[in-house]
Amino acid sequence: MKKYTVINTPVHNIDGIAKVTGQAMYTFDIKLPHMLYGKILRSPHPHAKILKINTRKAKRLTGVKAVVTGKDTLGIKQGIWRRYKELCDEEILARSKVRYIGEPVAAVAAVDEDTAEEALDFIEVEYEILPAVFDPLEAIKEGAPRVHEHAERNINVTRHIEWGDIDEGFKKADYIREDWFRVSTQAHVCMETHNAVASYTPEGKLTVWTSTQSHYYIKVLLADILGLKENDIRVISRYTGGGFGSKFELDSAQFCSSLLSMKLCRPVKIVLMRDEEFMATKRRTPMFYYLRTGVKKDGKFLAKEARVYTEGGAYTSMGATALYLTGFFQTFPYTWPSYRYDGYRVYTNTEPSSAMRGFGAPQATFTAETQIDLIADELGIDPIEIRRKNGMYPGYEVPGQARIQSCGLSQCLDKIEEWIKSRGKLPPNRGIGVAAYGFMSGGIFNWFDTPYAFSSALIQVNIDGKVDLFVGSQDMGQGSNTTLSMICAEELGVRLEDIRLHMGDTDTCPVDLGAWGSRETLMQGNAVKMAAADVKRQILEFAAAKLGPNIVYDLDIKDRWVHLIARPERGLPYYDVVKEAIRGKNGQPLMGRGHYTPHRKGMISPAYSFGVQAVEAEVDTETGKITLKNCVTAHDCGQVINPLGVEGQLEGAMAMAAGYGFTEDLPMDEGKILNPNLVDYKVLRATEMPETKIIEVETYEPEGPFGAKEAGEGLTNPTAGALGNAIYHAAGISIKNLPISAEKVLIALREKKEKGKIKKSGN
Amino acid sequence: MAKHLLRFTVNGEYHELYVKPKRLLVDVLRDELGLTGTKRACNTGACAACTVLLNGVSVKSCSVLALQADGAEITTVEGLADGAKLSPLQRSFLDHGAYQCGFCTPGMLLSAKALLDENPKPTKEEIREGIHGNICRCTGYNSIIRAVTAVAKGKYKEK
Repeated sequence: MKKYTVINTPVHNIDGIAKVTGQAMYTFDIKLPHMLYGKILRSPHPHAKILKINTRKAKRLTGVKAVVTGKDTLGIKQGIWRRYKELCDEEILARSKVRYIGEPVAAVAAVDEDTAEEALDFIEVEYEILPAVFDPLEAIKEGAPRVHEHAERNINVTRHIEWGDIDEGFKKADYIREDWFRVSTQAHVCMETHNAVASYTPEGKLTVWTSTQSHYYIKVLLADILGLKENDIRVISRYTGGGFGSKFELDSAQFCSSLLSMKLCRPVKIVLMRDEEFMATKRRTPMFYYLRTGVKKDGKFLAKEARVYTEGGAYTSMGATALYLTGFFQTFPYTWPSYRYDGYRVYTNTEPSSAMRGFGAPQATFTAETQIDLIADELGIDPIEIRRKNGMYPGYEVPGQARIQSCGLSQCLDKIEEWIKSRGKLPPNRGIGVAAYGFMSGGIFNWFDTPYAFSSALIQVNIDGKVDLFVGSQDMGQGSNTTLSMICAEELGVRLEDIRLHMGDTDTCPVDLGAWGSRETLMQGNAVKMAAADVKRQILEFAAAKLGPNIVYDLDIKDRWVHLIARPERGLPYYDVVKEAIRGKNGQPLMGRGHYTPHRKGMISPAYSFGVQAVEAEVDTETGKITLKNCVTAHDCGQVINPLGVEGQLEGAMAMAAGYGFTEDLPMDEGKILNPNLVDYKVLRATEMPETKIIEVETYEPEGPFGAKEAGEGLTNPTAGALGNAIYHAAGISIKNLPISAEKVLIALREKKEKGKIKKSGN
Repeated sequence: MAKHLLRFTVNGEYHELYVKPKRLLVDVLRDELGLTGTKRACNTGACAACTVLLNGVSVKSCSVLALQADGAEITTVEGLADGAKLSPLQRSFLDHGAYQCGFCTPGMLLSAKALLDENPKPTKEEIREGIHGNICRCTGYNSIIRAVTAVAKGKYKEK
């Protein structure tokens, strides 16, 4: 019999037909009877005291039903850091002070969006403008304006990681290199903007439809800030139009619509406009990065020191985790005998910076991989060779941090080397750059302090053999609904079409922490597999009684056939066994339960994905314009579950990461974002996307369901570094300041010319 | 603001309704006709999530006044399938995994349809140009290019 009948076969996503026919109902599409529309008034100042808010005129406007301000809230400072209260610093609706342009100060509910919008103009806010600070290197100085009273020198959090004897390492080094980098910010640009429809009823129950990555988090965070019981709140989120890290904290649409609905006992819908989305839904963390690295002359890594100052923005948000992870992933995917990291997250009067796909790792990978190529070039070592010499391997322990089990890095390096060789000699001004990376497969962090298992799943097998699978995970487009259904079908021994998946509803689904930190395949996947095994065991008990095999034989189910493993021809149809099993259980449908929580799996994650990417790019030396020509990625995500899904995740991550590398940025003037629209903010378009090739390197991860690991987020890490290295090899310029814009390329080319240094291309 | 009579055909169905002059086509389709398949993601014509066909030509329905569609024939994503029978592009999008979150997909399908209706055998570059205006933040576009290419090559020809 075939090892697997469902997994690793290309299938249509289970929600695919709903998506291509326009039937998929997003929160954006929901319209309830008697529904009102809300709008949010936002601060025009980066730092100011709120002296007075007069809402009288706005309330008098025809069609306006309610106006709320910070005074209508319980004044709770909230955040995802429920275990670390001092880091919960955001009120969402500011009561006495605003700290960034775009911070909410009031919200209106009216009969339609136009009226609500108009009402905002009639709200009078009296501000006392305070001195503001925007640059973390300024904000950390003595005497800089303070963003929060409690934070001396605006230091929000610090993180330290250290192992080995770093001083000894540098002493032994033949070559030491120091570099400063500035890595930029990035907007998530979910196609469905943040939104919510909240409906509070006189029974004291609140239902919130919202576009989110974690309905469980939103339910609990709403309960905390509104003073309700967790289970008097129901959060529903069937379809989420993209998340990328921006949709697992409580946002202004969710909070303000709930507050307004509680006041009015009518449903209130708030959909953020695109400019609000840019200004006030958080963003990737920009960082100043210092790296000092010591190596032997044969390229063996000895010691690394990293120091990071992040532009934190006005609130902690998820930024403290990004600060830790950038320090951790700075060493990936290599074995460093000694390492020291010091990270400082600095408050500034800008939009809070937070989680975004890669969660601190793309910043780390860009800086590390850029520097490695510079070192390799100085020492005359091939870029692949230096990576191979220092790469992680199965069984490696990151001291005090993590244990690597499966690791296909060396196979990935081989595949990429082969591809580079196949390209032969390149035309002028063209280069190939590589970057190696690794990423977590399920974040272990529990800042949220959930008392529940990290992931849970329930299964009910009905009289006709059809399976109801209940999961708490959130599909935001990454395809977890399909992946989890495949895992369930494989383990239970049925077909994909036998599974009916239920998700996106806190009332009917068990808890899962949500779609962040590349959790779902491994954590929710393990819970689903366990639940399926639980229910399968019950079916097999009946089958064993019926078949009466020799007691030494084991039974299994494959493709709806319940059979003896050693004698596959001896068996019974699954549907028949289920029917009898349910009769035998006094008419109870068969139920399976599964859960997963990592225990003793290190600080970060139970497993790690690995890969190597090569980017071929061309530089126009007249204009500085960069054109992507090819992008090849060898990726180790363990056992592939859904091949079409993996391919889509890898290509999509690469497009987003390329944007981070050379087109996307949020320039600001005194804290005001200058390009909060999709014309001036440049996400990659179809014409800019290069040909992509994905090479799967399969390994078996003992911690993952069927040996699977993450496949969607880690690939956001390498592209900026690989692109930078490609440009270095094409034109002999190294840009240490993201994004690598045409302007920066041109300036660097000019400087290089002036210096008269002609550097030979490395490739 | 006085309302004006709008008469148009959407997905083969004739409609008469009164709308305010400043009302956008996207809002009338979604709010008045309940055709929520058409999305709105930027309101400035920059992302093309709201693309529909107006007399066979692709337009961004957030940049068209509803009254400009008076007398026109409109096709939205809801008009692509014939009952349970999906259109070639829809089937190809499924086979090629050419969607993820799905929010840009209706607009993407209609831009692709407009392209193929005008140029049934486009080159890869022409397909890239044809959907250049549509932002997809999930897929990186290449699966969409593969899906459209397969349709252009006749792989999904109706028998």
